[in-house]
This record gives sequence, C-alpha cells and structure tokens, in this order.
Amino acid sequence: MSRYLLTRVGTLLLSLVLASVVVFAVLRFLPGDSAGTSLGVGTTSDQLDQLRADLGTDQPLWTQYGQWVAGLFSGSAGTSFVSRLPVGELIASKLPITLPLSLAAFAVSVLVSVPLGVVAAVRRRGVVGVAVSAVSQLGVAVPVFWVGVILVWVFALEAGVLPPGGFPRQGWEDPAAAVRSLVLPVATVAVAMSSVMVRYVRSATLDVLDQDYVRTARSLGYGRWHALARHGLRNGAVPVVAILGIELATSLLGAVVVENVFALPGLGTLLVSSVAGRDLPVVQALVLGLTALVLVTNFLVDLAQRGIDPRLRAGSALGGAR
Amino acid sequence: MSIDLGGEIPVVEGSGRLAPAREEGVLAPATGDGGAPRARRRSVSPSFVAGLVMVGLVALVGVVAVFWTPYDVGVGAAGTGGRLEGPSAQFWAGTDRLGRDLLSQLMGGATVAMTVAIASVVIAGLLGITIGVGGAAPPPPPDVALLNVVDLMIAFPTLLLAMLIVTVRGASLTSAVVAIGISGAAVIARVTRVNAARVLREDYVTAATASGTGWWGTILRHVLPNVAPTLLVQLMLLAGGAILAEASLSYLGLGSPTALSWGRLLSAAQKSVAVQPLGAILPGLLIAWTVLGLNLLGDGIRERTDPSLRGDR
Repeated sequence: MSRYLLTRVGTLLLSLVLASVVVFAVLRFLPGDSAGTSLGVGTTSDQLDQLRADLGTDQPLWTQYGQWVAGLFSGSAGTSFVSRLPVGELIASKLPITLPLSLAAFAVSVLVSVPLGVVAAVRRRGVVGVAVSAVSQLGVAVPVFWVGVILVWVFALEAGVLPPGGFPRQGWEDPAAAVRSLVLPVATVAVAMSSVMVRYVRSATLDVLDQDYVRTARSLGYGRWHALARHGLRNGAVPVVAILGIELATSLLGAVVVENVFALPGLGTLLVSSVAGRDLPVVQALVLGLTALVLVTNFLVDLAQRGIDPRLRAGSALGGAR
Repeated sequence: MSIDLGGEIPVVEGSGRLAPAREEGVLAPATGDGGAPRARRRSVSPSFVAGLVMVGLVALVGVVAVFWTPYDVGVGAAGTGGRLEGPSAQFWAGTDRLGRDLLSQLMGGATVAMTVAIASVVIAGLLGITIGVGGAAPPPPPDVALLNVVDLMIAFPTLLLAMLIVTVRGASLTSAVVAIGISGAAVIARVTRVNAARVLREDYVTAATASGTGWWGTILRHVLPNVAPTLLVQLMLLAGGAILAEASLSYLGLGSPTALSWGRLLSAAQKSVAVQPLGAILPGLLIAWTVLGLNLLGDGIRERTDPSLRGDR
C-alpha cells in the first residue's frame, strides 16, 4: 500500500506541475497579446510597457513561470488587472457563494440519484425503471443553463415564490434570504448532475445483480432487496465512488455556468468576467485552482476505491478482471 | 453527457476505472428472455434509427439554412416584425427583442451546431487517433510520458481549456472548436491507444508481421478497422458534448459574437422569457434534441458492434 501511495502521490504532483505548465503555456504561447488587447484601442506604448512590467511579460518565460509558481507557494497569485485587488483575496471573497452552491447541489444529487438508480436497476422492466432511464437520457442531453432559465421562468417570474437571481447584499448575515437565493441554482445543478449519476448507479447495480453471489443468496432464500443490501452494496460502491468523485468536481464546474444564469457573484461569474476582460492573473489562478481540485479529487477517489475493494489492493492480476 | 458544460470528465472504456454507464437506448423495447439471437442480429437497433432520424433532421435544416431561411437574420439584418411577438402565421416561432424572425435564427443555429460538431470531431479524431496509434505501437518509452499528458488533458475540463484559449485569442467559433477538439482528442487518444494495443497483441498481427507486412500496413489493414467501431461511438458522444460545450460558451458570452449559436439565442432571450417564452424554450429543446440524437446514434452503433450489449439489458 505504501509503495502504491508513494507512486500515486508522485503522479498527482507530476500532474499538478503539468497542469501549471499547460495553463502557463496556453496563456503565453498562443498568438495574441493579452496585454495589448486588454487595454484596448488608443493605448500608448508607455502604458503597454508598464502593463507588461506589471504582468512580468517583459521577462524571460522561465523567470515568469518561476515567479508565478513561487508566488503561488507564498500565497500570492498576483494582482487583478481589472479590480487591482490581490487575486487570492478576490477568490476567497467568492467562495462563500460557490462552495455552498456546489456542495449542496452535490448532496442533493447523491440523495436523489443513488436510491433512484438502485430502484431503476432492480425494477428495470417496471414503470419506474423505464421512466428513470428515459428521464436521465433526456437529462444528460439538456443544457444546464436552459434548466436554470426555465426554473427562473416558472418559479420566480410566473409563480413568484423564489427570487429570480442575485444574492443578498448582506450575504450570509441574512441567512434566510441567502438560502432562498440559492434554492433554484442548487436545483439546477442537481438536476443535471443527478441525470448523469443515476445512470452510473443503475449500471453498477445491474452489474451486481447479475453476479453469481447475488443469485446464490437469492437461491438461499434471501429476498431481492436483502441479497442486494447484504452482498451488492460494497461491490456496487466501487464504480459509484468513482463517479461520485468525478461529479463532485463537476458540481463546481456546473456552479461556474449556473452562477451566470442566476447572476450570483461567485467564482463562476468572476471567471467569466475575467475571461471576457482578459484579466490574465485571475483566469490563470482560477483555472489552475479548479484543475488542481479535479486532480486531487481523482486522487482521493483512487484511494477510496482501494479502501472499499480489497481486490484493487491485491494488484492488477486479480483486480483487473473488472 | 452530463451537466456538460463539456466539463464532465469522460469515463473511458478500458481506463480501468469504470465501465461507461451507457446502455441500450431507452427506446429499445424490452425483449422477452431468450429472444432469438439470430433474428436480433439482423434487426436494426431502434436507438440507431431514432438517433439517425433526429440528427438527420437537424443536419438537413442546417444545410437548408445555409442557402435559405424564411427571413434574413444575418449579421446586421433589421427586424421585419414587431418586438417579442408570439407565434403567428407570419412568424412561426415569434420574433426576438429586435423583431427578427426566431425560426430563421433557430435554423441558422442548426448550421452552427452541425459545424461545431463536425469540426470538433475532425480535430479530435485526427489528433487523437494519431497520438493513440503512436502510443500503442512501439517503441514503448514515450508511451508512459504520453499517457500522463493524455490523462491530464482528460482531467482538464473542456470548458476551462476553452476559457484559457478565449482569454488569449478572443471569443470566436474557431477558439471554441479548437478547445473542444483538443479536449476531445485526449479521450480519443486514450480509447485508440487501449484498443490498438489490444489488437497489436493478436496472433493475426504477429502473422502479418511475420509475412512481411510493414508498420503502416499493420496499422491500416488491421489496427484501424478493428478500432473503428469503438471510436465511432466515442466520436458520436464527442459530437454531442461539443455542441453542448459550444452552447455553454456562447451562453456565457464567450462564444462567437456573430454566429447564431443556440446558446447565444437562449442567452439573448433569457431576459424576456416572461413575455416571449418560446425564445428561451426552443433553443434549449433543439440542443437537447440534437445531443440526444447523437447519444442514441452512439448507443445504436455500440449495440450493433458489441454483441454483449444485446440481450435483456
């Protein structure tokens, strides 16, 4: 295990370094001078030089990369071009909206999709099974922002029971208003995520139901649900944990889009406005941060899977049968 | 694909983590146990037919819209009707904020969607297959390094890569398609590599090599034809994901400012959803229709080529 852990940590670190190089390289090597375009027409060359010096783009690339990474480690990711605020501070100020949004959406979709997926598998030919499959097939094809727009139309504009968007000025000091303004965004992300997750849960449960040990348990007189609970859960959990991990990261990306539907001042709106305004330091930090989160989640998922399934710990000879 | 955003990390067959959760399309009828396999083999999968019809319709409209739309809704075209009108005999889907015909714009959206799907698939296919075949065939050392890069690209969300590229190159259809294509290439490379490596271990490849077939001959005659069905399925899924990703970008205002993307139409109609709901409803439904069609098409191809999926699931 310890050797595995060591290589896995090594791969994670390597991936993080690679990710930082990719982010850095894309922003520096692609044609187009973001310093020039971000200032717009009628810029004097003095202003340009000043900006390049601020950004450090007048230095050799390796120095720039080194400074950026060193900055990240010392907790300073640079200063935003647009707001002139430190990037770290800017990002931290948006977390109280994005984190609750994506975590709540994740929790809701797990609570919805795990039971639905299991039921859909056990009653695969029944009304529930067919309906769940049909709805989830549709759900994965529907764009998430469209779900948001429709929910706003129905629940905010027509029914008037929830706010159509925005976040209370006092933030979480007015908890009731803050929660109310997050209900529709959470529902939007959850609808999209559940559609994906329910398919994986159903598929994993179907796999387990076909196994010999479940058939044996049934032949010994256990009911379908009892056999599944006793022998199926742990086996079915391995692929499901993988997809939960991936979806946890996806929920954050879902929040990026959905925040824009509801005009929530979170990381997503910050990212989009920074991209539109070519605010390089902010884009760079946000993209690397989100990617790092995806990588770390993948890492934790791998560890969790090995924790659940001893076959994965025994090496590929046994575990590779899947 | 999910909430796709294009942000979903595709789970690839043979990645050793988890089999994809696609199964037979929901349109497939529940067959009784012990159905005659020989009869099933000849029958065409309902998912395939449904997908083909759905995607075919969109493609047809997309082609027609290049030459003709009921009203001119090109760049700078003036409105011909009242603002935010509901559906009428004159404007079947109503009009937008500037009094322009919605149906014509939605037809133009089909052209954009098909262009995005085809261009992304071509980029991803060419790049991915080249990298994948290169990774599977000897010599081995670059393979490990390549795999790490490919894995990273798979983990790197499409939408974020697109945003990076848009930051530098500016918002355009090309930026979007290039980003989506590169992200997709990682998945295609992975699938190609895994499957090509399997084919290269087969006895008939050894036999071919022994009888003097060269590297190119082996790749063209044995590897690609064997990998093609799996790749075709992935490319169909990718096409749907590409349409969703481009729509997301356009919705966020990071796509082409002039192309009639369904995402941009939806974003423009969002403010007036209470007055003219069709303007917001229709683009979303069309995206869902097209993506669902491509997914069903992928499912259909998979059912045809993977006998293990036939049967009672």
